Amino acid sequence: MKNLLISILAFFILALLALGIGLNHSLAYVLIVIVPYAAFAILLTGFVYRIIKWGSAPVPFRIPSTCGQGKSLPWIKTNPVENPSGAWGVIGRMAQEIFLFRSLFRNTDVAIVDERPVYGSAKWLWFCGLLFHWSFAIIVLRHLRFFVEPIAPWIGALSALDGFFEIGIPTLYLSDAAILVGLTFLFLRRVVVPQVRYISLFTDYFSLLLIAGVVTTGLLTRHFFPADLNAAKTLAMGWVTFSPVVPQGISLVFYMHLCFVFVLLVWFPASKLMHAGGIFLSPTRNLASNNRGKRHVNPWNAPVKVHTYEEYEDEFRDKMKASGLPVEKE
Amino acid sequence: MSFAKIPKPDQLIKIRYAPPETAWMDTSVDFRPGTWSYSGAAKNLTYLDLPNPRAWQPADEDWKLPDNWQAIILEGMKERLEKYRSFRLFMDVCVRCGACADKCHFYIGSGDPKNMPVLRAELLRSVYRRYFTTSGKRFGRLAGARDLTVDVLKEWFYYFYQCTECRRCSVFCPFGIDQAEITMMGRELLNLVGCNINWVIEPAANCFRTGNHLGIQPGGIKDMLEFMADDIEDRTGIRVNVPINKKGADILFVTPSGDYFADPGTFTCMGYLMLFHEIGLNYTFSTYASEGGNFGLFTSAEMVKRLNAKIYAEAKRLGVKWILGGECGHMWRVIHQYMGTMNGPADFLQEPVSPITGTRFENARSTKMVHITEFTADLIRNGKLKLDPQRNDHIRLTFHDSCNPARAMGLFEEPRYIIQKTCNHFFEMAGDTIREKTLCCGAGAGLGNDENMETRMRGGMPRAMAVKKVVERHDVNRLGCICAIDRATLTSLMDYWVPGVTVMGVHELLANALVMTGEKERTTDLRGEPLVGC
Repeated sequence: MKNLLISILAFFILALLALGIGLNHSLAYVLIVIVPYAAFAILLTGFVYRIIKWGSAPVPFRIPSTCGQGKSLPWIKTNPVENPSGAWGVIGRMAQEIFLFRSLFRNTDVAIVDERPVYGSAKWLWFCGLLFHWSFAIIVLRHLRFFVEPIAPWIGALSALDGFFEIGIPTLYLSDAAILVGLTFLFLRRVVVPQVRYISLFTDYFSLLLIAGVVTTGLLTRHFFPADLNAAKTLAMGWVTFSPVVPQGISLVFYMHLCFVFVLLVWFPASKLMHAGGIFLSPTRNLASNNRGKRHVNPWNAPVKVHTYEEYEDEFRDKMKASGLPVEKE
Repeated sequence: MSFAKIPKPDQLIKIRYAPPETAWMDTSVDFRPGTWSYSGAAKNLTYLDLPNPRAWQPADEDWKLPDNWQAIILEGMKERLEKYRSFRLFMDVCVRCGACADKCHFYIGSGDPKNMPVLRAELLRSVYRRYFTTSGKRFGRLAGARDLTVDVLKEWFYYFYQCTECRRCSVFCPFGIDQAEITMMGRELLNLVGCNINWVIEPAANCFRTGNHLGIQPGGIKDMLEFMADDIEDRTGIRVNVPINKKGADILFVTPSGDYFADPGTFTCMGYLMLFHEIGLNYTFSTYASEGGNFGLFTSAEMVKRLNAKIYAEAKRLGVKWILGGECGHMWRVIHQYMGTMNGPADFLQEPVSPITGTRFENARSTKMVHITEFTADLIRNGKLKLDPQRNDHIRLTFHDSCNPARAMGLFEEPRYIIQKTCNHFFEMAGDTIREKTLCCGAGAGLGNDENMETRMRGGMPRAMAVKKVVERHDVNRLGCICAIDRATLTSLMDYWVPGVTVMGVHELLANALVMTGEKERTTDLRGEPLVGC
C-alpha cells in the first residue's frame, strides 16, 4: 500500500513539474532543444547497456521449459513450437511469446470450492496485457508520421485503419481507446487484487502511471486542446534534422505530454520496462530442447572432484568378491 | 508413515489466500514444526568437502554461521550473476504480473504469499538489488531492496527448501522465469555457508561413496535384485538373469536406487528385469553407477557433475555401446539437460540403436542415453512384445506426469502409449493438472522427509485432489507415474488425502501384462494380488 501511495505522489509531483515547465516559457528552450536528445541518448545507451550486460553472461546449460511433446520416436506426434527441437521451432515459439503472449494465455486462477482447488480460466490479464502492448506499439508507430517526410504509405494506412470507425472529430483512434482500457485494467488489478498489491513495488505502479500520463495528455492534446499539427510536425522534423526550433502556439497540455514522454524515455532502461528487451534472452524459451541430440557447451565447465571407480573398488573389493561380483584388481 | 503430528485433511484444506497485514519484508519466518527439514549432518558435509560442517538446526536462534558469511554470500552471488544468464536475467526481468502466483502447488496448498514463485524470487531479488543495482543501493526499500541479514538468510532457507524445483511456474510466466533456476541459485548460496538439509546432503554423500543415494553397498544391490528374481520366479515360473558389473554388455542400465530399495518401486524394477529377460537384452546393472537420480541437483551444479560423472565413467569401463535409463523424474532433468554438457562428449559410446527393433534413437545421438519408456514404446510399436492387458483389469489407472520429464523433456506420449497397450481402464485427470501443467507430488527436490510432512501434504494437495476427482468419477484405484520419488512420496500423499489409491510405475503395469515365453499360468500380479477377468 505504501508503494502505491508513494508512486501516486511521485506521479503528481512529476505532473506539477511538467505543468511548471509548460507555464515557464524560459524553460521551453531546454525542453525542446536539449532534453529530447539527452533523453533519447539515455534510452538508447541504457537499453543497449542492459542488453549487453545480460547477454555477456554465458548460458552454461540448455534449460528450455518444455510445454508440449518432445521429439523422440518418429511415429510420436511432436509439438515443434511448444517443445522446439530446432531453430525454426524456437523462432516460432519466441514469436508466439512476443507477439501473442502465449504463456500468459495459459493463465488460470484457483479457488477452494467444497474443500478442493478448482481451476478457472483467467484470460483477462492476457487480453488486457495484449491490448495494452499492441495499442502502445501502434501509437508509437503512428507518431512516426511526425518524424518522416513524406509520410510513408504504411504509416498513413495504419492511421487510417486505426481510425476506421471515424467516431468524432478528430477521429478517435481505436488504439487510444484500447490503451486506456488496458492501462485501467492493469492498474486496477494491481490495486484491487490483494495478492498482486502485496507483491507490487514502486516501479510497478509508477511505470503504469507514467504511461497513463503520456496517454492522457496525448489524448487531451488531440481531442480537447487541439495542437497545431503543422507546428508539431515542424517540431518533430526539427529534432530529426538536428535543427530544433521552439515553435509558437504550443499548448500547455502538449508541453506536459512532451515532459512525460521524455521522462518515460529515461525511465525505460532504468526500470522494469526493460522486460521488452529481456524477453528475447530468456533461456527457458529461446533454446531448443535437443540436448541429448546435440551437445551444448558450457564455457566455464571445469573439472570437479569425483569418486573414481578405483577408489570405490578399493573400499569395497572384499565385499564385492564375497558377493561374487567381478573386480578389476584381485 | 505417521500423520499424527499434522492437522487432519479437513483442517489442512482450510486455506486462506489473503496476504497478511504486514508487508512481506516485515514478516519474518516462523519455523513451525512439520514445515521444514532437518539440517545437513556434519559428517555428510565433511565427506563432500562442503563448507561449515557443524551441529545446528533451523529452529535454533544461532545458526553458527562463519563470521564473514555476508561477504561469502555476496561474493557467491556476484560469481553466479557472471556465470548464469538465466540468473542475471531472472533477477531483473520480472514485472510482478503475478501470473505465476497461484500456479505453485505450495501456494495453492498453504496460502503463504512467500510461496508465490514471484515472491520466493523477490526474497533473493531484494538482496540482489541492494548490492548489485544502482537504484537499490541508492533508494533501498523504495526500489525493492533490503539488507542481507540473518533473518533474510533464514527466510531463504525456509522458502528455498519449500520449493520442489518443479518448473510449473515457468510454463505460465510470460518471460519464462523459472523459479527452479532461482531456487537452485539460492540453495547454492546457502550451501556456501553450510546451510542445507540432510535429506539432500546425506543421499549426495552416500551416492558419492557407494554409488547410490541409499548407501547400498555392492553386495546389497546384488541381494536385492536376486530377491526380486526370486519373486519373479514365484509369480511367473521363470528365472531371470541379474547381470551386474558385466563387461562386454551392450547396454548399461541405470535406474534410481529407490527402485531396488522399497515398495512400490521394487515392482517397477521387477518389470525392468522381466522385460530385459524376455527380449534377451545383453545389458548390465552397475554397482558403482547404481544411481540414476542425482541429489546434486538440489545442492549445486558442481555436485550434479560430481555425482553424474560416474555414469559415463562406468559405461567406459564396462565397454558398453550405450546407456538405458529407468523411470525417474529429476534424474531425467540431469540426463536430458545437463549430462552431455557437464560430462560429455560421450564419444566413446555409440549412437543408441535398439538391438531388438533396429530403431535408431536419434534424439539421444549425442548424450547416448535412452529413456526406458522410449525404448519400450518402440518395442511395443514394432510388435516385439506379447501383451495381455486383461491381466491389469483389476487396476483402474490414472497417470501422474512427473515434473521433470514433463517440463524439462516433454515426455508425454511414450508412457501413455505403454499404458494404453497394457491396461484397459485408464482415465486422465483434469487437463489443468496433467502434461506440462502437471502438479508436483510436493516432495521432490529433497523435501520428501517425514519431519517436513505438513508442507508435503500441503504441496501435494492439488495433485491429490485431482486424483480424488477421478476416483469419484471413475473408481480409479491406482496412480501410475514414471518417477522413483513419486512412487515413494505419492504413496504417503494418497494415504493422507485419498486413502485406497496405491502407486505404481509404468513398467510394473507392463510386466503384469507381459506374456513371457515359457511362463506358468499367472494367477496374481507382481504384488501377489489376484488377477480378475482372466
